[in-house]
Amino acid sequence: MKKKYETPLLDELEKGPWPSFVTEMKKDAQKSDIANDGLGQLEKSFRTKRGYWKHGGIVGVLGYGGGVIGRYSSLPEEFPGVAHNHTVRINQPSGWFYTTKALREICDIWDKYGSGLTNLHGSTGDLVLLGTRTENLEAIFAEYSSRGWDLGGSGSAMRTPSCCVGPARCEWANIDTLDITYVLTQEFQDELHRPAFPYKFKIKTAGCAVDCVAAIARADLSIIGTWKGRIQIDQNEVQNYAKKGMNINAEIVNMCPTQCISYDGKTLKIDDVECSRCMHCIAKMTKALRPTGEKGATILVGSKAPIVVGSLLSWVIVPFIKAEPPYTELKALIHKIIEWWDENAKPRERIGEVIEIKGMRSFLEYIGVPPHPSQVKFPRKDPFIFFKDEDFEKVYKKGKY
Amino acid sequence: MALPQRKTDIGPPHYKQFLPPVIQKNYGKWKYHEELTPGTMVHVGESGDKLWTVRVASPRLLSTDTIREHCDIAEKYCDGYLRYTTRNNVEFLVSDEKKLEPLKKELKDRGFKMGGIGPHITNVVHTQGWVHCHSACTDASGLVKSMMDELYEYFESKKLPNKVRLAVACCVNMCGAVHCSDIAVVAVHTKVPTIVHENFKNMCELPTVIGSCPTRAISPDPAKKSVKINAEKCMYCGNCFTVCPPISIKDPERDGVAIVVGGKVNSLRSNPKFSKLVIPYISNEPPRWPKAVAAIKHIIEVYAKNARKHERIGEWIERIGWERFFSLTGIDFTFQSIDDFTFMRDTMRTSSTFKW
Repeated sequence: MKKKYETPLLDELEKGPWPSFVTEMKKDAQKSDIANDGLGQLEKSFRTKRGYWKHGGIVGVLGYGGGVIGRYSSLPEEFPGVAHNHTVRINQPSGWFYTTKALREICDIWDKYGSGLTNLHGSTGDLVLLGTRTENLEAIFAEYSSRGWDLGGSGSAMRTPSCCVGPARCEWANIDTLDITYVLTQEFQDELHRPAFPYKFKIKTAGCAVDCVAAIARADLSIIGTWKGRIQIDQNEVQNYAKKGMNINAEIVNMCPTQCISYDGKTLKIDDVECSRCMHCIAKMTKALRPTGEKGATILVGSKAPIVVGSLLSWVIVPFIKAEPPYTELKALIHKIIEWWDENAKPRERIGEVIEIKGMRSFLEYIGVPPHPSQVKFPRKDPFIFFKDEDFEKVYKKGKY
Repeated sequence: MALPQRKTDIGPPHYKQFLPPVIQKNYGKWKYHEELTPGTMVHVGESGDKLWTVRVASPRLLSTDTIREHCDIAEKYCDGYLRYTTRNNVEFLVSDEKKLEPLKKELKDRGFKMGGIGPHITNVVHTQGWVHCHSACTDASGLVKSMMDELYEYFESKKLPNKVRLAVACCVNMCGAVHCSDIAVVAVHTKVPTIVHENFKNMCELPTVIGSCPTRAISPDPAKKSVKINAEKCMYCGNCFTVCPPISIKDPERDGVAIVVGGKVNSLRSNPKFSKLVIPYISNEPPRWPKAVAAIKHIIEVYAKNARKHERIGEWIERIGWERFFSLTGIDFTFQSIDDFTFMRDTMRTSSTFKW
């Protein structure tokens, strides 16, 4: 007979229109001691305003160093069900598409070995299974892997790559985000499962500058689709937007950051040479405007959350690269980027931090990327310039000056 | 019963097997889409094929029972296909228009909430909080539930100048893109950690602990075989606690939440932006965090009233200026909003142009 917890504070969170996580926990509390005691411990946290989880211990499955996050209650006598409360990360399919058959299989296994609680999905993108015991981990892994599901990344390793919905259901995708993510995940299986990096390394792929996966803000390597050609205009559809009430001058022309659009009430014109491909006009007039011509990706590096010396957005490294199967050039570039980081980082240093310490030049030279004005917001503003002798031999003696 | 044979390094299953036939057929050949209601949009392919998407709210923390309910619905209306979004919503996809209204009716009858597409508030990206994380200084799921109950009309029906992306992080580790959200809640510690010195030598590595501190506030304490923390330098990030369990930073009385605003990740109109600190501290008030929720709702209402169409919160603030933001919202500007950590050079104003 399960202990029945009184949860007056959490019960408050079953009221109101938004779906309640407490209701979800209660559903699983009927089936599982882990979920039941997890609920009891959470009520205590709400009462005392503090958490009761210990630091993660090292747990996992044979041959892997990641994919499972160890979690133990600091109150195992009071809440024995969550004495162990480990998380298992399952590598999600690209774009988070599922068949119900696959999801039901995932649920059945999880009900058998774990709490029944999940996150669909975790911040990195994995399908997260919340709450099981150490002795179940091998069985869980055998059940899932034999059915085609592998674990995701954790710790100082390649983290599970993820992407936006891309060409599967979006007209703006300049690159095949799902395929790139699948191919790169397969490429880095060893790095993903066996943490040997200085710290975590995240890869996210977005099809355009709308960046629905926040690649530019939370991936060490951000791959963002872009294009070089013109914006194709369907003038009839432009008129339809106007007829439906869009104030094209206020909403499109005046909001264009490069002021490259004009509209005389009849015809919309875009000076494509001046367009910076920000996506505003296309996103607001999706029936009228489409990118055309050469498509590819911008490669940016370094973004991270604040720990330790402040958050970073990713920096442009390669303004444009072709990103088509078999992605030979892209893969080679990523290997070089990781190799440089691995050789130069101290433990717990993300690549953005290492570039700051070692210098962008050292990084770009190693990965074989030349300097380009698209990499900077503006050129150096101080006169403290580093020169190498070879700069005089190779560049300045033979250059224009 | 014998376990099946385990396999290693197989990676995720190939995504193609999970794509509905209409997507396989129109993959990479979509022409445009239209937002029909806050919970429904239609994508039209170059082929003329149409795909309707119904977006449904999720608490992210899901019971297997609820996932099976998603499956029941997807089997009845969507040929057994469904997807989840970056922001943890569920999307039901139908290629047969006749199924659209019956699907929506069943979702409504079962109590599922549809919305979040276009200039609305959609699901909140958030972290684990007290449900599962060792370093949480608030509960993320509880805050999200409290916020979204209060902001629900902006999810289901009420339009905003543009979308407002919300996020909750239960500590400054900020798992998820909390640092680039329109409005985010970041839980903060506000006091110097305490140390159980007798456990230090058995549980912690001295160089790692010293190296973990971004402000170099930690130095060795040879007499105690432990470390000491310079209170003047400590800014309570908790990184030392992460690498050394005897260092304790949890403080139920003083842990609380900060509100940051004006971030975004897309490049539309203006470059991606970090969120900036406007309310440095609100005390933790489980189960419903009424002060934090009211502050967020107030900022959204002031934005809705004052911003131009298509302006995100950060763009609106940049146009009107920060002094105007603080006067319009009535939020007090405090020392905490002036960066005295690493970024003061970039954040102080260097002109004499203001709005009075």
